[in-house]
Amino acid sequence: MIRAENIFKSFEDNEVLKGISTEFFPGKTNLIIGRSGAGKTVLLKLLIGLLKPTTGKVFYDKVDFFSLGKKEIRTIRMQVGMLFQASALFDSMTVEENIRFPLDMFTNMTWKEKKDRVNFCLERVSLGKVNDNYPSEISGGMQKRVGIARAIVLNPKYLFCDEPNSGLDPKTSIVIDELIHDITIENNITTVINTHDMNSVMEIGDNVILLYQGQIAWRGNRDDVLHSDNEVLHDFMFASPFLQQLRDSALQK
Amino acid sequence: MFFKNFLFHMGRYTMMLGTSFSRPEKYYMYYKETMRQMNDIGIGSLVIVGLIAIFIGAVTAVQFLYQLDGTLVPVYYIGYIIRDSTIIELAPTITCLVLAGKVGSNMAAEIGGMRQKEHIDAMEIMGVNTAAYLIMPKIIAALVVIPLLVAIAAFVSVIGGYLAAVPTGLMSDAEYIQGVRSFFEPFNVVMMFVKALVFAFLLTSISCYQGYYVRGGSIELGQASTNAVVFSDIMILLADYIIAVLLTG
Repeated sequence: MIRAENIFKSFEDNEVLKGISTEFFPGKTNLIIGRSGAGKTVLLKLLIGLLKPTTGKVFYDKVDFFSLGKKEIRTIRMQVGMLFQASALFDSMTVEENIRFPLDMFTNMTWKEKKDRVNFCLERVSLGKVNDNYPSEISGGMQKRVGIARAIVLNPKYLFCDEPNSGLDPKTSIVIDELIHDITIENNITTVINTHDMNSVMEIGDNVILLYQGQIAWRGNRDDVLHSDNEVLHDFMFASPFLQQLRDSALQK
Repeated sequence: MFFKNFLFHMGRYTMMLGTSFSRPEKYYMYYKETMRQMNDIGIGSLVIVGLIAIFIGAVTAVQFLYQLDGTLVPVYYIGYIIRDSTIIELAPTITCLVLAGKVGSNMAAEIGGMRQKEHIDAMEIMGVNTAAYLIMPKIIAALVVIPLLVAIAAFVSVIGGYLAAVPTGLMSDAEYIQGVRSFFEPFNVVMMFVKALVFAFLLTSISCYQGYYVRGGSIELGQASTNAVVFSDIMILLADYIIAVLLTG
């Protein structure tokens, strides 16, 4: 479990996060949603430790992350997988080398064991025969899957995804969402997803927090969304008249 | 403001170096990366270094022959002048200034590009000490390979001088060889390697620093690449003077 406790973050005079306290649970897909500029990415970067909060604490299980030394932080990070918005695959390495990189760096596995693990992860994300391709030679959706394969190769306890659906068509987005959701349940991972895709909220939102102007404006799960009377949530989720009509008809039924 | 900026960059540069020289997570991965860098810096720069060296020797020969023409200085001194000027000054300094342009800008762009594409963040999250993995192999590779390149440059430069002076009839083969073999001072070679090592360290560490802390987009990446060359060149020239004063004083 990851717990954020009263997080404030400012960049010079600009206060981006104002007292965020929340929990992210294992075996669930925890979503951080909100409009652009709401502070989602800053919160995600704080949770991973790429940024430091102005005040506040982040706990990984019961460990206060920011009180740790560099060595201990690296030990925790070896239990973390991350899928980046643009996948962040290393251009000069093949797909196989990308996924194998954490294994090469942190394990003493034999070449065959590594090869098997890479192939297992590729199969898990439904990719085959792309081992020798470079990231530039595969599609955006495939790159995301490779990113997921790389993120899970060390069997992480925590998985972070920064806008996993950005730049993908709706069909592929659903496939990626389901994949993340399934992997989360299979391995009891604490998954934190940063998204503004409403499909993701309705499909995999086990635990959702809505950020608005640096604060948590709403929290719940996908089943609560339709029945909530929170205006900020409704403005965000059902932004267009068409979606508002859909919501109304769903509620009438 | 300038002083504050200078202190900020010096502090961050020193801290970056401190983090860079820490214990590798996996020696094999660092070894592999160091070998790749040695190939990129060494083999990749051999042609340009050779070309520049041959012309340095040739131009020095022609210009000294012109300057000493009609004086009482013996012609064979040309060989001696070419040998010592290349060993002491031209081979290490010119080679490293050129390498700052070729290798330094490349390093800044490579690391800066990785920063912008979130590759460095991805490695950090995996638990990799990115400063160490991305910078230490480059510095070690440069410290091994650049002195070798400088030694090759010095040798090729003396051959360049020979080619410009002897086949063209400006001086005889015997005179050039006699000059090259006269008044040899082994300490000059030590000085050449000291310069090569110091310049190699400066040009790689400064270039890596510029790339590692790049922010923004392609314009900032271009600026980082330019700054890598400009600051490396300035520091090489400053270090050249300091080494000259210290080792010849």
